[in-house]
Amino acid sequence: MAKIKRKALVDTEFCVACGSCVKVCPLQIITIEQGVFAKLEKDKCVGCGKCAKACPASVITIETMEVE
Amino acid sequence: MQKNKKKLTDYMWILSITYLILGLFNILFAWLGLLCFFIPLIIALVGGGKKYCNRYCGRGQMLELMGTKLKLSRNRDIPHFLKSKWFRYGFLVFFLSMFIVMLFTTYLVFSGVKDLKQVVTLIWTFKVPWNWVDISGVTPWIAQFAFGFYSIMLTSSVLGIITMMLYKPKSWCVYCPMGTMTQLVCKAKYKEKTKY
Repeated sequence: MAKIKRKALVDTEFCVACGSCVKVCPLQIITIEQGVFAKLEKDKCVGCGKCAKACPASVITIETMEVE
Repeated sequence: MQKNKKKLTDYMWILSITYLILGLFNILFAWLGLLCFFIPLIIALVGGGKKYCNRYCGRGQMLELMGTKLKLSRNRDIPHFLKSKWFRYGFLVFFLSMFIVMLFTTYLVFSGVKDLKQVVTLIWTFKVPWNWVDISGVTPWIAQFAFGFYSIMLTSSVLGIITMMLYKPKSWCVYCPMGTMTQLVCKAKYKEKTKY
């Protein structure tokens, strides 16, 4: 049976690298890559959505995917 | 899960509020605002990325607290045009142009062409008289720069508070000229690094 997983996705083109997502991530898996954009360890993300809520530019979305 | 412990750098918002209050009592404190200009740039130039925005920016922390703890924000998505490149870069150019105009006014007072005006200009339009503190003993150009700089800091705070209320708490960070400028520096360094 397929499982549904939620993961955060960053639109790096519009990311302002403010670091709001870094502060709220409960797993601390988000870093700011060289001051250019937010980068997250996707395999560890649980898709809680806290980063998406905090992002002032609303460039983080939570995508749902089916995994075997 | 790890819990984020409060650090000393989480209280930088106190400095931002103190700065704005000190300017009410003595405009010369406005000079301290130069730190908010130079520190982020120096950090970005020496390869520290946007650490200033990420950790030390008191204004960002202040807006976040106002929006979340005081619940002053509507928490809506920011309009797309405010995060578009043309707006962010356009606002940076406009902001820097206004900064140069302010420096030129300071120069005119320094050279004696213009008299010192004890006025704080809000949103580059509204002239607010700021003459309740005696600054007659101060060199006029030093005071003029302080009035000009405090105008910039107060204007950006007001804009930040307006967008904090209308959209998400830290909406100012999206179009903050210092943030845009430091990100540009970081982008240039990043491109250089990834080229090889």
